[in-house]
Amino acid sequence: MSLEAHSQKQREIEELPQVTIRFAGDSGDGMQLTGTQFTNTSAIFGNDVSTMPDFPAEIRAPAGTVYGVSGFQLQFSSSDIYTPGDVVDCLVAMNPAALKVNLRDLKHGGVIILNEDGFTEQTLKLAGMEKNPLKDGSLGKYTVHTIPMTQSTVRACEEVGLTGKGAARCKNFFALGIVCWLYSRPLEPIIEFIDTKFKDKEQLREANTRVLKAGYFFGETAELFTRVFRVRKAHLPPGVYREVHGNEALAIGLITAGQLANKPIFYGSYPITPASDILHELARHKQFGVKTMQAEDEIAAICSALGASFGGALGVTASAGPGIALKMEALGLAVMVELPLVVINVQRGGPSTGLPTKVEQADLFQAIVGRNGECPLPVIAPQSPSDCFQTAIDAIRIATKFMTPVMVLSDGFIANSAEPWRFPDADSLEPIEVEHPEETNGEDGSFLPYMRDEWLSRPWALPGTPGLMHRIGGLEKEDVTGNVSYDPENHQRMVDLRQEKVDKVADFLPEQEVLNDPDGTAELLIIGWGSTYGAIRETTRRLMRKGTRVAHVQLRHLNPFPKNFGAILERYADRPILVPEMNKGQLALLIRGRYLIDAKPLTKVQGRPFTTTEIMESVEHLLAERGKVAK
Amino acid sequence: MSVTEQPRKYTVKDFGSDQDVRWCPGCGDYSILSAVKKVLAEEGVPPEQYAFVSGIGCSSRFPYYVNTYGMHSIHGRAMAVATGLKVARPDVHTFVITGDGDALSIGGNHTIHTLRRNVDITILLFNNQIYGLTKGQYSPTSPFGKKTKSTPMGSLDQPIAPMALALAAEATFMARTIDMHPKHLMATIKRAMEHKGTSFVEIYQNCNIFNDGALDYAQDRKVRAENVIELEHGKPLLFGKDLDKGIVFDGRQLTVAQVGENGVTKDDLLVHDEKDSESYHAMLTRMKYPELPEPIGVFRSVQRPTYEELVNGQISEVIARKGKGDLKKLIEGRSTWEVREEGA
Repeated sequence: MSLEAHSQKQREIEELPQVTIRFAGDSGDGMQLTGTQFTNTSAIFGNDVSTMPDFPAEIRAPAGTVYGVSGFQLQFSSSDIYTPGDVVDCLVAMNPAALKVNLRDLKHGGVIILNEDGFTEQTLKLAGMEKNPLKDGSLGKYTVHTIPMTQSTVRACEEVGLTGKGAARCKNFFALGIVCWLYSRPLEPIIEFIDTKFKDKEQLREANTRVLKAGYFFGETAELFTRVFRVRKAHLPPGVYREVHGNEALAIGLITAGQLANKPIFYGSYPITPASDILHELARHKQFGVKTMQAEDEIAAICSALGASFGGALGVTASAGPGIALKMEALGLAVMVELPLVVINVQRGGPSTGLPTKVEQADLFQAIVGRNGECPLPVIAPQSPSDCFQTAIDAIRIATKFMTPVMVLSDGFIANSAEPWRFPDADSLEPIEVEHPEETNGEDGSFLPYMRDEWLSRPWALPGTPGLMHRIGGLEKEDVTGNVSYDPENHQRMVDLRQEKVDKVADFLPEQEVLNDPDGTAELLIIGWGSTYGAIRETTRRLMRKGTRVAHVQLRHLNPFPKNFGAILERYADRPILVPEMNKGQLALLIRGRYLIDAKPLTKVQGRPFTTTEIMESVEHLLAERGKVAK
Repeated sequence: MSVTEQPRKYTVKDFGSDQDVRWCPGCGDYSILSAVKKVLAEEGVPPEQYAFVSGIGCSSRFPYYVNTYGMHSIHGRAMAVATGLKVARPDVHTFVITGDGDALSIGGNHTIHTLRRNVDITILLFNNQIYGLTKGQYSPTSPFGKKTKSTPMGSLDQPIAPMALALAAEATFMARTIDMHPKHLMATIKRAMEHKGTSFVEIYQNCNIFNDGALDYAQDRKVRAENVIELEHGKPLLFGKDLDKGIVFDGRQLTVAQVGENGVTKDDLLVHDEKDSESYHAMLTRMKYPELPEPIGVFRSVQRPTYEELVNGQISEVIARKGKGDLKKLIEGRSTWEVREEGA
């Protein structure tokens, strides 16, 4: 871009391998939008990117308070990356509260860009700051740029006749302009975005574009910055990419699965953070025949989905932990009636209402054993935002093949984070074969709804099919006939059969892969599941650079475990096995119970993902302990 | 509905399943089962075109005894299951069989929301004013002060009026009938099935084990005529053994009047109108024995688009406007970029 070329002539350019930026302001300041746009332009530029929005549970907490601070962190890099970064290189803060909340994550010597107009006596008081950090020297160890963003924004808006609050509201684009200049980012993708967003609002379109450019030119002309930074394009595998969030990828995956199975998706859902965006996304795509229903409660959401499955649709429901708790009785019914159903849990901090907008992985036990009775069902966890796409398809594939509900364990981090996605060609995806019987299957010409195939799956006979009328329900079924039965031996047999069927899913799954240890000589094994993938992957790479090889298993299938998982554990049994989880050690306990292996939990429940440093320190500690024993 | 061969006649036997009926001898549920099977046989629609969905309770065993598609689901949730089924399969005639505890206590929320959505299903609510399957606790329709195992000193809850609740939930079809009045029962079920939208039928049903005789005033043929009023569209509100009593509206409330006394003629009586205003229907829902005779028959039957029509209509509308979804475009999203081979 010409703007870029021009500015780089005048300043020293420092090459950086990667940069982590955090935008922070009031929840009404548009920080999420700013972060998203910066991410987008970085991805299009050719960097690898990883993001982490962090917003409060309150929609508009009182302006200027610390509990109203909304943040958006992203890392962009010239190599492939897996996390949004451990420490922040550059913090953009729109007011004192945003500075106060986020300063602890900024690295020593990091860059702070402040909106000077946001620092008033009143906002300092609201943030609980007695002294003005801009004046008391407390920011001495950082490179601080204090810029009158609001004033500059209002001035830029005046030219197009936008004044007052409406004008001041554009200040996030001023901040974005400055940061784009500082990190040599192209503006075109952002301008294109503004053009689309304000297609019918000429004044706002013009105002925001001007403000964005004003920010950019401010960086160039104000001579505050002695140098600019550049992060080269990453060497990503060739192909066509897009950016995708986890919830978005789940929705697209569900629609795709519906198309692959040639069946409508029925999505019953009750609004809940952080799962609601799946409903929003699906509701936008009715031209794929998707039927969405905002149910009266969590129970109606799952029950309507199950009813739809009984009718031959692909029933899906989603929620977060508290809502999943309400769905559990119906989920037991789904196990009993053996109908396909997908239940998505976008996990958040618990228990109870807990931390609605923060991440946790503490619903693993709830998913695996959280129902009354012996009530097994397959559980799958996506490892990244883009992986949600395949996970949704896998869930539908398993649910229909095995006539079973399937639980998908996503989480708030995956749901709201974005990453570049080398998406597949729709034509390359394998169809999902679903059969509905038309003929009876009993020797006497009767229909036996609980007669099983080689996978122990029962026939999915649909209402409307002549001769196959049958009744299902939550009372124990007689083997084969499906009639109500209280017979003791039959109950034992049916409990065993339901378990065996779910265990059999493992035969249908690919074998578990071990990352980072081709010859099996790693010093330690890390086992993760879900969104810890990025932090673990990054850790193993950092350790490799220091000369320590650590093997990595990221479990996608948590019930049943992959067929070769036991063999993998045996192979590493003579070395430390570390299981980092955002809970109190639930997977570690399952592994210990099931395989009698001394898996060591590394736990964190702070509503934030692991940093690579945390995992690395734990690995180094375990290896040091081991060294001591060996001596 | 997939019509296959030529229409054939069905008998009650075609709608009976091979399962033994396990209700207590003398239970009112038997007569309702028999009435439903008779009506279905008369309809001439094959059994595979019907689905019966139920919750939990004595009445909810019903699906096992009809040879159609069926699901005996969980307590209170039948209407939610039926809603999903109907949205997925508008061609399947769907019944919900429920009770006073199932539909008005644990599943009360679904009752409200199913009615306001106007899903095209037929709800048969067996109201026996007691919890039977759990062996005799008071229900949400038991009278205040009802002494049961769980309320030895009398219940402290005001009973709910199912019809008033249905009206408040924007019901398009509401009717009441009686298990021991087979002709009326069958005619009412038939009307309910014909209605397009949610039809809500309260059936007074006797639990001869835990609440025998609680509804005698309406069920017992000897006294019924004095205590209930059979609603008929366009006919005056007349009741009594000799049809000599009627209901008049004094400008503030409904009262009973003796026809032929005090100058009251049949012309002074209220005339039933299923389509009339909600406030009239509201008054009907509040008529309670012993102060007033209780209406039976169709209270209200009005038309409104059904939920599944609207859901599927939005889909057809979008497809008509934009064409069927293009999966490639969906996966691609709004903007993409290409990473080329190194050096390319």
